[in-house]
Amino acid sequence: MLLTVLLQAAAAAVGISKLGAAVGAGLAVIGAGLGIGRIGGSAMEAIGRQPEAAGEIRTNMILAAALVEGVALLAVIVCLLAFLLN
Amino acid sequence: MKQLRNLLIGGLWVLGLCVALPLAAQSDSTSQVTSHSQPPISAVKATVVEGDTASTQKDREESTSKAKNPVDVKGLIFGHIGDAYEWHITTWGHTKISIPLPVIIYSERTGWHVFLASRLEENGGIYEGLSIAPEGSKYEGKLVEHDEAGSEIRPWDISITKVSFALLFNSALLIIIVLSVAGWYRRHPKGDTAPGGFVGMMEMFIMAIHDDVIKNCVGSNYHKYAPYLLTAFFFILINNLMGIVPFFPGGANVTGNIAITFVLALCTFFAVNLFGTKTYWKDIFWPDVPWWLKVPIPMMPFIELFGIFTKPFALMIRLFANMLAGHMAMLVLTSLVFISVSMGPVVNGTLTITSVAFNIFMNALEVLVAFIQAYVFTLLSAIFIGLAQENNSKKESNLVVNESRNEMNK
Repeated sequence: MLLTVLLQAAAAAVGISKLGAAVGAGLAVIGAGLGIGRIGGSAMEAIGRQPEAAGEIRTNMILAAALVEGVALLAVIVCLLAFLLN
Repeated sequence: MKQLRNLLIGGLWVLGLCVALPLAAQSDSTSQVTSHSQPPISAVKATVVEGDTASTQKDREESTSKAKNPVDVKGLIFGHIGDAYEWHITTWGHTKISIPLPVIIYSERTGWHVFLASRLEENGGIYEGLSIAPEGSKYEGKLVEHDEAGSEIRPWDISITKVSFALLFNSALLIIIVLSVAGWYRRHPKGDTAPGGFVGMMEMFIMAIHDDVIKNCVGSNYHKYAPYLLTAFFFILINNLMGIVPFFPGGANVTGNIAITFVLALCTFFAVNLFGTKTYWKDIFWPDVPWWLKVPIPMMPFIELFGIFTKPFALMIRLFANMLAGHMAMLVLTSLVFISVSMGPVVNGTLTITSVAFNIFMNALEVLVAFIQAYVFTLLSAIFIGLAQENNSKKESNLVVNESRNEMNK
């Protein structure tokens, strides 16, 4: 059902690349949200177990979150390219 | 009481400016309906101090009320994010106020051209055979010249564009700040007084990066790499922060330009690989893995070689994408106000209030992201440099420590 709708849209040349770009950006956000949420969650648990290590844990949490976010933003750049270059 | 009075006076000033400036700069009678709905609602939000959006609202209001077309959001956003041959400050009524920047071009056919970008406008878009390529061309927005057949050629362009000028300005600002802080330490060599104020804040930042990041991650010979890493951190930080400031000389998208992040990542690439120890190169081309991953087809060496390039590539993309996304988000939220002008005063009013609230949040988030991105770039560069500085002796000493620990635990 979904495929027939997509086929019709593609046949009508309605800019399926824009749809793809938008859906891709949404999926990238889901991935980033899940990843950084897990990192934050385990950081909270670790701080709960050992409050005096909070500073180090925070540093490592930020580092891991930045790495995950870097990959998600790579996906955003690809979506932007797909959206704008046609 | 005094604080309340001062707050009230400040609020009344901003309110007054928000009402007076749009009315003063308008001379188009057909737009009276929209212009009357704009100031009261924006005045309500004026107490939430956003003087910068007031001035940009004013000049964007001009373009919307002058042109009866919908707001050119894409042009607006890419104008702010992209590069240009002049620094456009505002459009007051009919006049465009911008700072013309020098154009320095070497063409293999016609030699050197050095002139101010204002000449292009004065002569109708073409000067000395050079013109800005129109939309849809490969060199859109850049200066090109045409050969005999009429096709566009792009000459060697070393103009001081908006991003180059901002880069030079921010670097000069950074040099002034750091040298003045260093001068304080030279004047107080004994170290019995602690610095206060600005010097104290800079010391806090510098020592935080130096002790927690550089010393920890680079390892024993961190002295050689501390200058580069500290420079990278402060360069990225000051360029990120100046990009958030909405008026001249801030507001240029320096770190959101992939050429600049490419050069930063290239510097890290050189710092890691030019000074890598023998152990580092051995671990890349003949790592300590099972033989079948190495011998017939060198899979692990290929992966490690690929990794040498992907790590700085990720540094480049991370910084570029974070800064670009932040600027775009703020610009889109601001232009929400102007997109909804045609939808009537109620929708426009509510959207203005939400837009200003979101903009405050995004600005705060962007300040945080500016610091975090500079910190992560420096941290990752320090870690990569530290990994490349490992020596065999360290590894063996770790082995010895582990063995002795195993013996103790028996």
